[in-house]
Amino acid sequence: MEDRQYKMVHCYVNGKERAAMVDVRSSLTDMLRNEFGLTSVKKGCEVGECGACAVIIDGDCYDSCIYLAVWAEGKHITTLEGLEGPNGELSDIQQAFVDETAIQCGFCSPGFMLEAHHVLKPGVIYTDDELRKKLSGHLCRCTGYENIMRAVKKTMYQRAGMEMPVEEDRIPLSVPIEDGKVVL
Amino acid sequence: MVIGKSLPRVDAYDKATGRTKYTEDLCTPNTYVARIVHATIGHGYVKSIDTSEAEKVPGVVKVLTCFDTPPYKYPTAGHPWSTDPAHQDVADRSLLTSHVRLFGDDIALVIAEDDVSATQAARLVRAEYEELPVVLDAREAMKEGAPVIHEKYPNNVLSHTSSRKGNYEEAIKEPGLIKVEGWYDTPSVQHCHIENFICTSYMENGRIVVLSSTQIPHIVRRVVGQALGIPWGKVRIIKPYIGGGFGDKQDALYEPLCAWATTQVGGHPVKLDLSREETFTNCRVRHAILFHIISYVRPDGSMVARKLEMWSNQGAYASHGHSIAAKAMGAFPQLYPCDNVECDSYTVFTNRSVAGAMRGYGMPQASFAYECHAEDIVMKLGLDPIQFRRDHLMPVGYVDGFSKNELYSDTFNQSMDVGIKAFDYYKKRDLYRNQTGDIRRGIGMSVFWYNTAVFPISLETSSCRMVLNQDGSVQVQVGETEIGQGADTAYAQMTADTLGIPFENVHVVSNQDTDVTPYGTGAYASRQTYTAGMSIRMCAEAFKERILKVAFDYTRMQPYICDIVDGNIIRVTDGRVLMTLGDLATEALYNPKDSHHLTMEKTATIRSNAYSFGCCFAEVEVDIPLCHVKLLRVMNVHDCGRLINPALAEGQVEGGMSMGIGYALSEKMIYDQKTARLLNNNLLDYKLSTTMDHPKLEVHFLENEEPTSAFGTKALGEPPVCPVAPAIRNAILNATGISLHELPMDPHLLFREFKAAGLI
Repeated sequence: MEDRQYKMVHCYVNGKERAAMVDVRSSLTDMLRNEFGLTSVKKGCEVGECGACAVIIDGDCYDSCIYLAVWAEGKHITTLEGLEGPNGELSDIQQAFVDETAIQCGFCSPGFMLEAHHVLKPGVIYTDDELRKKLSGHLCRCTGYENIMRAVKKTMYQRAGMEMPVEEDRIPLSVPIEDGKVVL
Repeated sequence: MVIGKSLPRVDAYDKATGRTKYTEDLCTPNTYVARIVHATIGHGYVKSIDTSEAEKVPGVVKVLTCFDTPPYKYPTAGHPWSTDPAHQDVADRSLLTSHVRLFGDDIALVIAEDDVSATQAARLVRAEYEELPVVLDAREAMKEGAPVIHEKYPNNVLSHTSSRKGNYEEAIKEPGLIKVEGWYDTPSVQHCHIENFICTSYMENGRIVVLSSTQIPHIVRRVVGQALGIPWGKVRIIKPYIGGGFGDKQDALYEPLCAWATTQVGGHPVKLDLSREETFTNCRVRHAILFHIISYVRPDGSMVARKLEMWSNQGAYASHGHSIAAKAMGAFPQLYPCDNVECDSYTVFTNRSVAGAMRGYGMPQASFAYECHAEDIVMKLGLDPIQFRRDHLMPVGYVDGFSKNELYSDTFNQSMDVGIKAFDYYKKRDLYRNQTGDIRRGIGMSVFWYNTAVFPISLETSSCRMVLNQDGSVQVQVGETEIGQGADTAYAQMTADTLGIPFENVHVVSNQDTDVTPYGTGAYASRQTYTAGMSIRMCAEAFKERILKVAFDYTRMQPYICDIVDGNIIRVTDGRVLMTLGDLATEALYNPKDSHHLTMEKTATIRSNAYSFGCCFAEVEVDIPLCHVKLLRVMNVHDCGRLINPALAEGQVEGGMSMGIGYALSEKMIYDQKTARLLNNNLLDYKLSTTMDHPKLEVHFLENEEPTSAFGTKALGEPPVCPVAPAIRNAILNATGISLHELPMDPHLLFREFKAAGLI
């Protein structure tokens, strides 16, 4: 054990002052999961490719797997747990993910929700292309991103105090059939 | 009634707050970390292993090598066990191996107190090898003199099956026939579930417990028993929530190794958490299949004689083996029925990553080949693609002699009608005729066909247990796992309606535990709503009958004039509420003279199967000098029978379409030809679609209820992947006149083909 180095890290996690003794080689992901039990911080690649471990550090969104735990000294860190209200109330973006069926296996969801929460500044409306670019650092294999994009857009309009423009599908989801023929 | 409603997932809140427990979240802090030592050759033998340096690393508990493992060989495919030896999967795996068959094969295992020590030690394990040449291509592997990967298969052919119908050689003599011939090649691709494979094991009271990110806990239990040579009852598998599976986790991946590891350290907990790189190299991949198709057709497109040959690249071990090629081959004579057909399929070992189950199970490959070939016929004959399909696809009333599957409704025409209308298909076809210039647009389509579940190939069984609580709520357990698709929510909807209780009073026990969960084979073959639907309905109906009988003691009303509606026992004759289900449960349980713990368990043997159908339409813009395809629009139309939860069903289709788009345009595993090393074993170099790579994914359903199904449902999970790549390919053909024969249709392929055709 003589070649191991440990360091005490003091930081603020979801608004609370925390301290932990960490192996200097630990990632922030490891510290948040192992020391503080924050299970929303997911490991999908551990090299900053998939975005599942995203957290907000001093107002910027990072992949915590490629951020050393010791760099967190004095930093303010928000994980998905930090978006929840004191009685378990869902934040706007979490509620939108539930309502818009944007969650399937749930493994990429925390990173996506945190990134979206960070990206959506009150009152700022992005185009679809801008929004897709801003969220492109997060990979999802379940959803095809369709419902995720809708949940994020819905929250964006909510935060701007606006109604989300509804695109009317000319053909309903379940197409009516009469006498063996589709009714279009 | 809640069936047919888009209710939120039963696990949505926990997943939205990040508190859902996946395997890693359940590991105790004292858990040892195991790291696999992977071979650094593509093929050969381990002559010796030196573990001395690795053992010196502080924190290392044990180093195990391929020379220490138990002697048992075991199969890994997530197929139900067959008591008939002729139908058992090939048992070709050892826990660790001295015969290296792929670059990165498992030769040793380091168990340490923490990840850093385990990883450092794994790097210090030294192996000496006798190296053999590698082979990566299936047809090369079949040639005389090719490296032999398994001694039992001297020409590397795991299996070769044929089917013959009519007389091909005679039929092609008919005058005036037009011959259309094509080769269609598909790559190895990976599932890329965002949670890598992980499992953890420990011993408890002399038994081995494994928590695993698996789709098939009951099957894994059997495989662990086989691998360790111990009675199956000594093994307990627990399946927590999992971060995606897509078929990769329909295989016993490393549960046997992890189970053995804990026995080597006195039953201490051991964790085997794969890296993304290991998930790519050492888990399963989609079979790369090469197809050669010859069709002799009349000028109207009617098929006179057809021949199919296919070579399926199995990689290093048998896993699901020939089942995938067999499924793909089985579809060929069915989709476009023809009187004279010859089919041959070969599944061939190579030194690539092991191919297994992946969403679609051979049908994305088959759909690409068959629907590209259909379009090639259409082009050669100058026919209308839709009319060709209307005239020659499997007709309504078609019955497959083997499975007895029947096409009950006019789904193909209905789905194409939706596509035509939504895309303004014929107007676009006119608009895109005779284009010139660098940027050209095209529109294309493809149909698909998919079986639900695995009867009659394998056992189909599902068991369900229901337990009534004192408040009238009910626990439901089935062996068909929740893997992200939303099965638990669909089960809750089915239970609520069948039993007559509110949706919120159904508690689906999501996590399977083979000690507790009734037997079910798991999540695969798009079987869950179909098969679990049957056991849920059986169980709920029997349970209701039992509850109403017990209720007689308290209501004095005969069961046949009673029912359960909205959680109350009611008298049907006048609709009067007699008592709540909660009151009945409490009275019946706490009755000192005649106590009833109200439960029910039923097993459904399933002896039917169902066809799922639909189509995909795609519109592309091709930048010829850039060799780039931009997908402008894509739409899938599905007939999966009745929708239990439309929003979840839509999500399934969108996810499948996304995987189909990746298959079409960007995904491919690239192996070094000399060493057999996988070169792009990470999410940077392997091009998974991001938010920026998709247009809006358009989805429609046709709810032709499946007559054989307990709830009118049939396959939905896998079919959405199948038609996307051929639809995009046919759209590129429409735009450029170039028929592509390979996937992915990335700039590398387009450059080669455009240059060959003189477009650039």
